Amino acid sequence: MAEFVTIKNLHKNFIKDSVPIKVLNGVNLTVNKGEIFGVIGFSGAGKSTLARCINRLETPDSGEIYVDGTEILSLSDKELRKKRKKIGMVFQNFNLFESKTVYQNIAYPLVIDGYKKSEIRKKVLEAAEMVGLSDKLSEYPGGLSGGQKQRVGIARALVGDPELLLSDESTSALDPQTTIQILDLLKEINKKTNITILMITHELDAIKYTCRKMAVLENGEITEEGLVEDIFRNPTSRTGALFAKVFNEMQHAELGDGAGI
Amino acid sequence: MSLLNEPFWKVFISSFSKEVWDSILPSVSDTLYMTLVASVITLIFGVILGIVLTVTNPTGLAPVKPLYTSMGGFINVLRSLPQMIMIILMIPVSRLIFGKSYGTNACIIAIAASCIPMYARMVESSLLEIEKGKIDAAKALGSTNFQIITKVIIPETFPSLIRGFTVAVISVISMTALAGSFGAGGIGDIAVRFGYQRFQHDVLFATVYVLVILVQGIQLIGDRVSRHILIKRHLLSAGARKRRKHYEKKSDKDTSNSNISAGVSSNAGRVLTN
Ligand SMILES: Nc1ncnc2c1ncn2[C@@H]1O[C@H](COP(=O)(O)OP(=O)(O)OP(=O)(O)O)[C@@H](O)[C@H]1O
Ligand SMILES: [Mg+2]
Repeated sequence: MAEFVTIKNLHKNFIKDSVPIKVLNGVNLTVNKGEIFGVIGFSGAGKSTLARCINRLETPDSGEIYVDGTEILSLSDKELRKKRKKIGMVFQNFNLFESKTVYQNIAYPLVIDGYKKSEIRKKVLEAAEMVGLSDKLSEYPGGLSGGQKQRVGIARALVGDPELLLSDESTSALDPQTTIQILDLLKEINKKTNITILMITHELDAIKYTCRKMAVLENGEITEEGLVEDIFRNPTSRTGALFAKVFNEMQHAELGDGAGI
Repeated sequence: MSLLNEPFWKVFISSFSKEVWDSILPSVSDTLYMTLVASVITLIFGVILGIVLTVTNPTGLAPVKPLYTSMGGFINVLRSLPQMIMIILMIPVSRLIFGKSYGTNACIIAIAASCIPMYARMVESSLLEIEKGKIDAAKALGSTNFQIITKVIIPETFPSLIRGFTVAVISVISMTALAGSFGAGGIGDIAVRFGYQRFQHDVLFATVYVLVILVQGIQLIGDRVSRHILIKRHLLSAGARKRRKHYEKKSDKDTSNSNISAGVSSNAGRVLTN
């Protein structure tokens, strides 16, 4: 399989009160084309920072990031904007435009790209259909449920036909049932369009349900990487072991009432 | 009619008389003209300066610290000048632009010079209200900074911009009254000439009514418009009474289906907590 995202020796510090905080400490990661790849880690491990470096919402201090063969960190502003249109991103708190209707939210990437009105209409209706929101197009996001909001977020991220989707805790604000619906949607889209998805989360369930391969991020380093079932069965990192333990205990507890994913 | 030799109630009644209003109506139109022109100038320059402040802010879209600091300093200096001093200071500027240092247009310069810095700061603080995540989303979708400002930040903070503008227009009105005593004409001029110099207190009262109605009207319009937008966006719930009516109408249509009304009431709960 072809490498789609390659990250080499990525470093990122934040300066807080003139003291540097090491957040990413030489991250190396490879994601293949068409994969749904999970990255897990505890709060503060640097997961969001890693995702945000990939579309350069954060500027790394050093390292290399390749997306589909393009080195992201050496792009000019103009080239970066063009590349960003090929990298979708969904957020934990959706970040929808509350001044725009669902239709206008989904249309936004096409509008700023100067598409023709008729073409925008066609693509927006398609995207809305795909996420199951065809009947909500004239609503404002303020009137939608969390799950519906995230569907808008996904449609907005995908309407420009990106080849990579960065999902930063996209289901962490949702209840378990809605989480499964959104994860199913991502899986379905991945199957249909062969889009590569990098799924950042602290929910093991979500990774186990969606991904075949995963990596564990701990103190700004990838401490473990491989097939999801291997890591669950035989974790080698501290974080991996902790997650696996918690997960197994929860499964035992839930066996009685048959709930859980 | 003066309070010096007439009882209050007679002066009060006289303040509604035709002669009084005939004498002040021309100046009302002067005041409206000054308010309108000065407000438009304040709006245009206040928004531009507010945007520049927001964008060049060290944490903004395109930080330019020297520009931000010097502009902020200049605005602070202008804001610290009392309005009367500003009028006097602007006399040579008006002479430069209009060839004379008195009159309605000359005072508009002074009003704008005093209100633009204030509104620029209000625009800045409105624009800074936007959640950072929305800007991240816009950037991630490949927006230019110009698109982020015009298509995301301004529309998202529009209700707050309107509330700020309401306050700015009201301070424009109060300054037109002050400028009146410096030869700008208008309501303020009438109040000083008749109310202060000739003790015609019925005329003074009438000018107060005009100012109160003007200010209340502007405030009402500003509040209504920004509220309307927020309600449209489901960011503010409509008044409880209105809402209940709305749902009664809905359940009238479909009383047999209890599921629907349950759904609607939970919907109402969510809107209220938003
Ligand atoms: N803009 C910033 N300025 C300063 N420090 C930051 C900034 N963004 C993140 N950090 C710090 O970097 C560290 C990692 O943050 P990050 O958001 O990447 O963690 P995370 O793994 O996504 O956590 P969570 O699961 O809570 O989202 C944290 O200690 C955080 O305080
Ligand atoms: Mg995070």
